[in-house]
Amino acid sequence: MTHEECKKVVLDIIADIAPDEDLSNVKPEVRLRDQLQLDSMDFLDIVMELRKRHSIEVPEADYGRLASLDSCAEYLTPKFNALAAKS
Amino acid sequence: MNLSRIVITGVGLTAPNGNSLGEFRANLLAGKAGIEWKDVRYMGRLLAGVCHYDPLKYQKKKEIRVGTRAGSISIWCAHEALADSRIDFAPFPKDRVGIYIGCTEHGNVETENEIYAISKFNYDTKYWSHYHNPRTVANNPAGETSLSLGVTGPAYTIGAACAAGNLGLIHAAQMLRLGEVDLALCGGVSESIHTFGIFAGFKSQGALATNEDPLKASRPFDKARNGIVVSEGGCLYTLERLDDALARGAKIYAEIAGYGVNSDASDYVLPNPVRQAECVRKSIANAGLKAADIHIVNTHATATPLGDIQECEAIRSVFGEGCPDTHINNTKSFIGHCMGAAGALELAGNLPSFDDLVVHPTINVDNLDPACALPGLVLNVPVKALKVDTILNNSFGMLGINSTLIVKRFMA
Repeated sequence: MTHEECKKVVLDIIADIAPDEDLSNVKPEVRLRDQLQLDSMDFLDIVMELRKRHSIEVPEADYGRLASLDSCAEYLTPKFNALAAKS
Repeated sequence: MNLSRIVITGVGLTAPNGNSLGEFRANLLAGKAGIEWKDVRYMGRLLAGVCHYDPLKYQKKKEIRVGTRAGSISIWCAHEALADSRIDFAPFPKDRVGIYIGCTEHGNVETENEIYAISKFNYDTKYWSHYHNPRTVANNPAGETSLSLGVTGPAYTIGAACAAGNLGLIHAAQMLRLGEVDLALCGGVSESIHTFGIFAGFKSQGALATNEDPLKASRPFDKARNGIVVSEGGCLYTLERLDDALARGAKIYAEIAGYGVNSDASDYVLPNPVRQAECVRKSIANAGLKAADIHIVNTHATATPLGDIQECEAIRSVFGEGCPDTHINNTKSFIGHCMGAAGALELAGNLPSFDDLVVHPTINVDNLDPACALPGLVLNVPVKALKVDTILNNSFGMLGINSTLIVKRFMA
């Protein structure tokens, strides 16, 4: 999985948990909370959907790594690739 | 004790056969029921009363996703009631608004959904939603409504089984009289059709209606009645002290005349006609009226074989033969049993009788059960009454909670 593919996975999740938001111009380097109406429960949704849909675990200590699309890609892409390598 | 007069100044509702008082009333007069088939988890296709309001009118998609169906119904009804009341709500002090919503139960839907969801993950609770607690707290429908409206006054639910809709209004009237709030949004809601448990529970009791024709399924007082049609719905009112309503030139639907609330203290599920009759008499005395002064009695009857007979016994003992101006009807024959919303919705369906003097009927009575025969029972077609100045609304619930509310035509 590439970083861009990983960002697409995260955006697909956000589209479901924040269905009123326009996601066409999300800036990857800007914190998601600074450009979208997302609260702490929504971030827990992202964590839960990563777990449910992709079997990716994000420990609480790492929640900060999901701040922006770029940081998501940096943090999650190796996890996705490690999972793919196992299966 | 000199109590403030309390009046109804706005109505917001969603019923299986209408999403406004006008539509609901028109269908009650036209004999149009609103029961349909619904797929219920684990149980298959069952009869249910389903509401078809547009939640996106007052909620964002995310609010619908995060919240509950009962919260959504409450939000719809509250906004509709406020719009109907024509209160200038934006500058209204929000800490002086109370939200009092009757519920039969709350949380079953969300808990069942979560258990079903984790069943797909070998019941591993790390997949349990972080929304479960805010969705299942008993005050959820009122709390979601407070968020939607920015109301900072008291907002909570009143658990009173199927007597709860009336209790919402009664409690609101009490709070207004105590001066706790200046405006109340009150009534009842139900999301019951989204839990299989309530259907399964009634089925296990032998109290779930079956019929090939959904529109004929809910048939209180008919010989062939065979149980309850479970429905969702909601109805909230704006209640105000009369002086406040008059000061702003409000349209007044009705005045709260009196009420009675009591408990059977006799069984978990079986009603007690003696206590029901006591509750009705208590409400009539509270209103300063006599039985013969009541012009419409809206029954609670849910179409269970025994329950209908017992309520009729209670009504017969209060109204007997000496009440020639009293008409008796039933709204569940159109919409099924809306549980916590039942009392509030069923009252709403009768309020326009103050204007048109027409009493909506009890439909689906092809063969009246002689044990349910009552003088003044309005069967299958509406009747024109000589006068309608008072409406008495019965709502009874499990564990023997009884509520009777009387409203009267507003006269200055």
